[in-house]
Amino acid sequence: MSMELLSANHAAATATILAGEANRDARGFGCGVYPITPQTECIEKLCRHEFTKGEVVRVESEHSAMAVCMGFVLSGARSFTASASNGLAYMVENVYNVALYRVPMVMMAANRTLGPPWNIWVDHGDALLLRDSGWIQFFCEDNQEVLDTTLLAYRLAEDHRILLPVLVNQDAFVLSHTMMQTDVPDQALVDAFLPDLDLPHRITDVPVTIGGLDFPHETEVHRRQHAEAMDRVPDVLAECEDAFEDIFGRRLPGPIVPYRMEDAEMCLISMGTTASTVREVVDREREKGRRVGSLRLRMFRPFPIAPMQQALAQCTRIGVLDRNISLGLGGITWPEIMATVPRDALVQNYMIGLGGGDIRPQDIQGIVDDLWKREQSESPKIVEVG
Amino acid sequence: MTLEPALGGMAQTDQDRCDPLLRAGNTNCGGCGMSVGLNLLSHALETRKIQMVIPACCGIVTAGPYPWSAYGAPVVASTFASAAAVATGLACAARINGDPTRVICWAGDGGTYDIGMATLSAAAERNEDILYICYDNEIYGNTGGQRSSATPLGARTSTTPRGKTQQKKDILAIMAAHRIPYAASLSLGHPEDAMRKMNKALDMTGFRFLHILAPCPTGWKSEPAEGIELVRNAVQSGLYPILEIEDGIRYTLNIEPSMSDEDLQNYFEKQGRFRKENYDLAVIRKHIDEHWQLIRSRIR
Repeated sequence: MSMELLSANHAAATATILAGEANRDARGFGCGVYPITPQTECIEKLCRHEFTKGEVVRVESEHSAMAVCMGFVLSGARSFTASASNGLAYMVENVYNVALYRVPMVMMAANRTLGPPWNIWVDHGDALLLRDSGWIQFFCEDNQEVLDTTLLAYRLAEDHRILLPVLVNQDAFVLSHTMMQTDVPDQALVDAFLPDLDLPHRITDVPVTIGGLDFPHETEVHRRQHAEAMDRVPDVLAECEDAFEDIFGRRLPGPIVPYRMEDAEMCLISMGTTASTVREVVDREREKGRRVGSLRLRMFRPFPIAPMQQALAQCTRIGVLDRNISLGLGGITWPEIMATVPRDALVQNYMIGLGGGDIRPQDIQGIVDDLWKREQSESPKIVEVG
Repeated sequence: MTLEPALGGMAQTDQDRCDPLLRAGNTNCGGCGMSVGLNLLSHALETRKIQMVIPACCGIVTAGPYPWSAYGAPVVASTFASAAAVATGLACAARINGDPTRVICWAGDGGTYDIGMATLSAAAERNEDILYICYDNEIYGNTGGQRSSATPLGARTSTTPRGKTQQKKDILAIMAAHRIPYAASLSLGHPEDAMRKMNKALDMTGFRFLHILAPCPTGWKSEPAEGIELVRNAVQSGLYPILEIEDGIRYTLNIEPSMSDEDLQNYFEKQGRFRKENYDLAVIRKHIDEHWQLIRSRIR
């Protein structure tokens, strides 16, 4: 193992190179890549690497990048791509295709505001556009977590009980372009952690059609099987986390990341790097004797309903912080989280940091103050920080 | 000793695949030119191992519903625009693993001339090891017959009820302009030439493009039994030039047409999609002559 100064873009690429090399004795690695700010550095690093057995195809669009990845995985190779914002939007059709064909691959998204107006800064709306696509989704908080989650994602995706693609999210610029000291594992450890990809429906010489017509009943069955695979994720993920700890000597956080939640009356729920700032404010509130906690939603799909219910059971005031907006509704995670909160809790939705505005401790403090004095909730509020 | 395929490859021999490429149970209409093309390809393949990528089109519907497959080879159904990209993944994976598999895209004109054009162009520019075959029925047949950029001037479709007012794209010239190793048009009415080109393309590496004019009796409103005759009319009239282009520069004319006006008239009159008020054969003839002037200027 070695400590390196890596941006989260390079952390994702480093993990992918290690994972790709780990499949060198099987069908190798292959992917389609296309640049878009702020993930470009990630695919540039992949293009600089010469794989023992692999190929990085420089394609003409995100739509084709995802299609090339699908071809590689269906032929038994390990695969990866990265995108963001409008690139993800352009890719959507094939993003669904990959999930519905049960193609286990990993994608990194450097979450960026969907344009127009054109904006390159962080907003989770791009990944949340893929909410119903059938991908497993993680949102990371630092560069080590990006590297580790990428490695973990391959093991989870390729498990025969799962066979689903995984999206590993990182906040644009806040992580993608910020260097952090990152522990990079040796290839031998990654080889031990990631068995060769063994795709049960790999295309060989057998005359089968992958993706032909389905009548309604066959579709019902295929959707149910996909949903059941999602249902198995929490247990398989826990096994993967145990194996990760055994091999790499550190443990990844689970689907939700509670902080000072043991006796919390008030909880602020957030995703990505917003949680770092929330924890800072939680500490300040605790110094004042107020029982405030933070809960970071790390795994967005499958949605961790039971752990959320358990963590929030004693909370009476809950703030849901969305760095995204579903126009005409409110924050995207808010209605989902509403389904997991205690019946008599006061829940207020705040959309904060839209378009990448810097969320400072005083902005979070404002939310905490608002939430303490509130007698009832109101419709979702946009908190302007810019 | 290698056995020569009997009757120019048109009869089943020991060398043929025991399982045809297009099997019984497929859902193609009677007289479908795409079916004829697949049967020619089946003969040309002999014992070669292939993987096919077929985008959303009649070519994938014909495979039938899950779990059946009317294809005698593995097929991946891609999204409409993605055939050449999915095939890129399969072909690169085959190459890095030393698999002898040939990867073939089988796509209609909608997936080639229109929605798949950017993907196709990029795969050609990268010179991926793919044989891309376009069966061109000059229409969105699978959705009931709408115009594509392959629909010819004057043809009535459900979205051009008064006849199309533009000429079709010159797809062969577009593909040749990518300087790919091999681009060729082939006629279902001239099977020896067609099979020779399929064989040649199958044995080459890099990006190869074959164009097949494929009669669609449903969309062309023509007699199913007359499809091959219509293709011969198209070839002889000069409407559908049969040539091959190597590396984008070496043009070879394979069939010298008679440029017969009788063939041209027959081609238009035998198809219900053409109505006299929507086309002028003198204008069509002028377009044909201009096209041939260009082709002949490129043949050395």
